[in-house]
Amino acid sequence: QVSVALKEGQVTPTQLCQRCLALIRSTKFLNAYITVAEETALKQAEESEKRYRRGQPLGVLDGIPVSVKDNFNTAGIETTCASNMLKGYISPYNATVVQKLLDQGAVLLGKTNLDEFAMGSGSTDGVFGPVRNPWSYSRQYKEKSVSKSHSEDEESNWVITGGSSGGSAAAVSSFTCFAALGSDTGGSTRNPAAHCGVVGLKPTYGLISRHGLIPLVNSMDVPGILTRCVDDAAVVLGSIAGHDPKDSTTIQDNFMPFELPDLTDVSKLSIGIPKEYHAPGLSSEILALWSKAADLFKDAGAKVIEVSLPHTRYSIVCYHVLCTAEVASNMARFDGLEYGHRSDMNESTESMYAATRREGFNDVVRGRILSGNYFLLKQNYENYFIKAQKVRRLIANDFVKVFRSGVDILLTPTTLSDAVPYMEFIKEDNRTRSTQDDILTQAANMAGLPAVSVPTALSEKGLPVGLQFIGRSFQEKQLLTIAKWFEKQVKFPMIQLEEVKRLDHGVFQHQKSASFS
Amino acid sequence: WVPVVGLEIHAQISSNSKLFSGSQVQFAAPPNSLVSFFDASLPGTLPVLNRRCVEAAVMTGLALNCRINKKSLFDRKHYFYADLPAGYQITQQRVPIAVNGSLSYSLCIDNKMSQMVTKTVRIKQIQLEQDSGKSLHDDIRSQTLVDLNRAGVGLMEVVMEPDMCCGEEAAAAVRELQLILQALGSSQAVMAEGQLRVDANVSVHHPGEPYGVRTEVKNINSLRFLAKAVDYEIQRQIEELENGGTILNETRAFDSKLGCTVPMRDKEGKQDYRFMPEPNLPPLILYDAKSLPANMSHQQVVNIDWIHERLPDLPSVKRAKLVEQYGILPEHSFTLLNEDGLTEFFENVVKQTQMKPRKVIGWILNDLLSYLKQHSLTVKESPVSSFLLADLLNLLEKKEISAAAAKQVLAELWKGEGKTPLEIVKEKKLELIQDQKELEQICQVVIDGHENEVMAIKAGNRKVLNKLIGLVQRETHGRSNPVLVKQLLEKKLSE
Repeated sequence: QVSVALKEGQVTPTQLCQRCLALIRSTKFLNAYITVAEETALKQAEESEKRYRRGQPLGVLDGIPVSVKDNFNTAGIETTCASNMLKGYISPYNATVVQKLLDQGAVLLGKTNLDEFAMGSGSTDGVFGPVRNPWSYSRQYKEKSVSKSHSEDEESNWVITGGSSGGSAAAVSSFTCFAALGSDTGGSTRNPAAHCGVVGLKPTYGLISRHGLIPLVNSMDVPGILTRCVDDAAVVLGSIAGHDPKDSTTIQDNFMPFELPDLTDVSKLSIGIPKEYHAPGLSSEILALWSKAADLFKDAGAKVIEVSLPHTRYSIVCYHVLCTAEVASNMARFDGLEYGHRSDMNESTESMYAATRREGFNDVVRGRILSGNYFLLKQNYENYFIKAQKVRRLIANDFVKVFRSGVDILLTPTTLSDAVPYMEFIKEDNRTRSTQDDILTQAANMAGLPAVSVPTALSEKGLPVGLQFIGRSFQEKQLLTIAKWFEKQVKFPMIQLEEVKRLDHGVFQHQKSASFS
Repeated sequence: WVPVVGLEIHAQISSNSKLFSGSQVQFAAPPNSLVSFFDASLPGTLPVLNRRCVEAAVMTGLALNCRINKKSLFDRKHYFYADLPAGYQITQQRVPIAVNGSLSYSLCIDNKMSQMVTKTVRIKQIQLEQDSGKSLHDDIRSQTLVDLNRAGVGLMEVVMEPDMCCGEEAAAAVRELQLILQALGSSQAVMAEGQLRVDANVSVHHPGEPYGVRTEVKNINSLRFLAKAVDYEIQRQIEELENGGTILNETRAFDSKLGCTVPMRDKEGKQDYRFMPEPNLPPLILYDAKSLPANMSHQQVVNIDWIHERLPDLPSVKRAKLVEQYGILPEHSFTLLNEDGLTEFFENVVKQTQMKPRKVIGWILNDLLSYLKQHSLTVKESPVSSFLLADLLNLLEKKEISAAAAKQVLAELWKGEGKTPLEIVKEKKLELIQDQKELEQICQVVIDGHENEVMAIKAGNRKVLNKLIGLVQRETHGRSNPVLVKQLLEKKLSE
């Protein structure tokens, strides 16, 4: 809708940009942004405005403010991965997906916060501090929370965004931008999307270029898309997907952007409910919602059947081995020699490397590097890495079998519970949390399949809960079409945030789900 | 003692850009001027395979009789070093691009060019991998300077099985490989520019016993040093063992000044390289005529058969052709190919002269080549062009000068003063005396002046005739045709 508004001149790109920047300033306490690129954003908005005045906008995304997770390279703008290792690092080039967005006229507001090097499920372990879930400050949450005194509890009671793309999710959720890029390796886009009440899309591996995305696990990473509605996700997907010669793991096939049809008849669909996703620790609330969603499909005429993905329970362990191994390898380049933080220690190359890496990386990163190197040792390689790859193949085959048996799409919860308060979250360490939280999202990365988290309802605490759809390889259109139908049915409520209300949002007022398409 | 020598040869691929990035490949460019984001390991960059490098490896594999693997894989080999920006090298450890080949090379027995023996060494594999950058240690200022121009340049690592037994064999094998690479154009293989580097694996054992512990001598950059290093190492190991010591499985370097191998400080202990598949590169798939899908042209893929059909003549083929075409000896063909540009020079001379190639070759190999060697010049730098030499040989062929005179003329030509052979001949009055009567007179004078010798000849000692010929030559200042002189003398003596 905002795109239409831009076209019709109801609002200008510069006005839009300024409003978003103002909102970013007033929601600074969320800590969603690491860098706000005010000057360049306004310039981009100006350029967009000129185009609109000429009647020649570049497309739907022209003039639309977006933000990008701080592990994507952005030319001339600091890219830190929330790590000391890259503090002050100014990228000399744009990631392909960033370039594509800019080429469509999108306005880049800034870089969003994350767990250091995308390792984590809370967006709490970056050097710039944790991201706060905007819903912590929503009327819906405040009404439901048992508060003894006001502001104190508010301060200590805020909930996490989930991770690792928490900054992007918070940015979209709090209306500071209309779409954001995240990354998804084990659920890092879908998890915070579910906790922040926004749409989180993980595309099929190989559909979108990873050139310029600072890698966590090269064989599982994908750029993720966070938006306020499914249609928007489809639009963003259409503008960034496609073969990139700079990324040899993207498929060569021509990609055609698509519009989502308004599905009315779901009777021909077969929805699979994988029983293994009834995981230990799944809250009864979410279980009930999952059930309700299944019934929703059933009542509408779709075939809803229980299926089995027997190797699901091994996916976390398998992921742990493969992820840490690739991390150990990918992090080997951070030695302070060519770029990034360099320690003052200069007795020898080795000591400089060691000091630089100790100073530059946090415990989480260092822990994974050590684990990964252990698994890659000659004597362990066969037993850990090779075995994990074999298990990975089994997990992927589980999905193949199920989809081959006639199931169109899988419906699962995204997270085990709604967002927990920060104080509670940090009681367990990063590794434990990741192990727990990734369980429902992780297998899709192992198998390279597309998956999307759609905001479904509010929990008893007044916090968002999302449900996940997992689709067939490269069948994003089908996946999102079904997700869109579901979205329409559940009518997820809009967040009620003081800060958002305060700003004059003529654009936002007359929409239920403030989208731009 | 049986020495055992195996080699690992790194050949820089001759290509415009690097193996996985678009930056240029060039020798001796200003430091860090040929470095792309990927080469510097900037975060978020990804490798993209260079087609030309794949073709170079396939060509080389075919020329070495290897089996080309239609599917090969890339791996990461991890270690920390200043000249390795990513902390790992992309190589092919599990499944390289070519395996199980062979290389034939020739050796002279007892340093006599006339006796050559052919040997074969098995090629274990050829793999594609990245070159590292260069690090220069400045001990005075206690710093290391890193130049990444070379980082990421494509290499073919050719692994030769331990079928060799001494420095000479190793050098000959590498020389032949060098010629092959240069003929293919897959590598310029100039050792002085670091385009061909050799690591030698050396061990010794008693016949019948298992192989001994081997050492690795790294980064040898000339054929001479290779032979020396290998022979020194063999000797060192034998001495060590005979004195009751043991050989450590270590890495050594060759100190060319001292002429010996020394342990290398940096590579202590055994390294675990933590090999891992390179996740950013899919398996490399090559096709042949049979497996090529119908709708693909050879431009879209690498077709092994297409490359095979277009392979240029390998050195062994070239040599055989030279022998057949010109009637020269096999040893000659080796020398011709061994010197850069010599074959071409030879063929040019043959074209421009009536002298038989079999005779021309003598002048090329004995005279021209020795001059070049004496003055450390390459064929290209020769002050005597093929045109000039042909001109000279024509004079000789037409019997206008003697062979001895020709040698004198060549010496003059060598000075490079721009005179033609004919001019020199006239200047130095080297023309053969054509006037038979004049020759007869001189012969007569010699005969008259040497009664004893004449009597000896008449008595049956034909060898003394040569002395008389020599004397006539002296009288004529080398301007007489010895064959003619001999005829005249014989005629006179029989009168």
